[in-house]
Amino acid sequence: MNCDVCQAEEATVYFSQLIEGKLKKVNLCKACAEEKGVTDPTGFALADMLQGMGEESVAEKESVPGDRVCDECGFTQSDFKKTGRFGCAHCYQVFSEGLENLLEAMHKKVEHAGKVPKRYEATKALRERLSDLRERLQAAVASEDYEEAARLRDEISQVESEEQTAVASPEDPE
Amino acid sequence: MRFSTLLKKPAEWMRSTGPDHDIVMTSRVRLARNLADHPFPGWARKEERLSVMEDIKPVVEHLGEMKDAFSEEMTNLSAIEKQVLVERHLISREHAAKGPGCATVMNRKQTISIMVNEEDHLRMQSIQPGLQLMRAYQSLDGIDSELESQLTYAFDTQYGYLTACPTNLGTGMRASAMLHLPGLVLGDQINQTIQGANKIGLAVRGLYGEGTEALANLFQISNQTTLGRSEEEIIEHLDRVIQQIIENEQNARQKLVEDKPTMLLDQVGRAFAILRHAHIIPSKEALNLLSLIRLGSDLGVFNEEDQEAINVLLTEIQPAHLQIEAKRKLDAEERDVLRAEIIRRNLKGLSAPDFGDILSNRDTDDE
Repeated sequence: MNCDVCQAEEATVYFSQLIEGKLKKVNLCKACAEEKGVTDPTGFALADMLQGMGEESVAEKESVPGDRVCDECGFTQSDFKKTGRFGCAHCYQVFSEGLENLLEAMHKKVEHAGKVPKRYEATKALRERLSDLRERLQAAVASEDYEEAARLRDEISQVESEEQTAVASPEDPE
Repeated sequence: MRFSTLLKKPAEWMRSTGPDHDIVMTSRVRLARNLADHPFPGWARKEERLSVMEDIKPVVEHLGEMKDAFSEEMTNLSAIEKQVLVERHLISREHAAKGPGCATVMNRKQTISIMVNEEDHLRMQSIQPGLQLMRAYQSLDGIDSELESQLTYAFDTQYGYLTACPTNLGTGMRASAMLHLPGLVLGDQINQTIQGANKIGLAVRGLYGEGTEALANLFQISNQTTLGRSEEEIIEHLDRVIQQIIENEQNARQKLVEDKPTMLLDQVGRAFAILRHAHIIPSKEALNLLSLIRLGSDLGVFNEEDQEAINVLLTEIQPAHLQIEAKRKLDAEERDVLRAEIIRRNLKGLSAPDFGDILSNRDTDDE
């Protein structure tokens, strides 16, 4: 095998490193290894070099049959297993199955309680109202108050349609 | 602001002091944010990263806080310059290893730094001297709101801010404090403290974050969970735990003065002698001895004015800072020589330790 850098000499130094959760491999000849400072662990030069070599040095991705794929960014379930990171924001919906358990183990509660960007405030309020209405509906059914339950059900479907339109246009500032 | 200007000025948090600064060196808060409809940096192709950077960088540079800022793409910085930023805690080690499409913007005072295309599209950090986590958060909160009005963040009403790694979901906030705990280390109580913090969901790490050694008796303590509680709740909880650790550290120091005064005097005295007279000193030894000088200074053995010199030295003797000072690449042995020289120069004015109080305490106990 020839050196990945000079393509001329026989490679004698084999280097693998995890960068951004991906295994990058590089084969170098002695002269190039020294020149790139592979022997000097204090330098960042190596990581820079690996980055510069681009995608072809990324270890081949195996495709697993039946693997779920994000329709927006092409990230797969097995990529997540490997890296512990997602490919894009949409992945959170695509891979939602089983995610809840994982998040429960990681966090306090699986319900955001912090800052909300202005353009999502309306959506957040609607969501809270929905979960309150659903609780009241359950209570009404349990106490066999069907008149109240029917009223709540109508209110819920109305709020749900409001939520749909709010989610669809997050670009509008207000 | 050019890199040379940034270098000449130590960061504001190194020179000024804050609440509980004898034990808490700095408070840091970072927020992770991503743009909707773009793959996260770790998965994005080079062109996608470049286009996200083109979208974000001008908006960040336009912030009021970033007047006269230092702003640079990572590919335009040398390996040593990047490491200087790591040693000053202005960027992460991971960010220093990044290539095309990654950038860093930081304000003149070096209290706010914003990394573009680190693990997330935006990683913003605020750093303050002493224990002031809430202040650090508030200074970022305003910037975040300003950015939010111009960039479309990836956000979900249930999951909060969407991040590349699910461990940062929700607030996307990591709050941390750098604690100087020589009393707990010398008193053999540090493992208990670390385990206790882990048990209540806090992480304890070394000087340069994940997987680094606890040099100079410095420990970073931070929240692990980011989802399910508000920013204020997370900070209040962390703050309470830190107050408790401060109290434990103070008690441990008091106990050392009472029970092992000779050992304490010996350690501080030796640290003084070596640092003032060594001509070759490795980084690890220097950091650990400086920690003892800092402890001595807290105990009133040295003048209080000397503390700033010690704080600045903790950064100035790191490998990349040394090489910038020397204006060339140095091998390990050359660094050890230059490091010793810089320490001798900076501690020239440090008066010999005055053990009066501790000695009188010990001698009355002996009777």
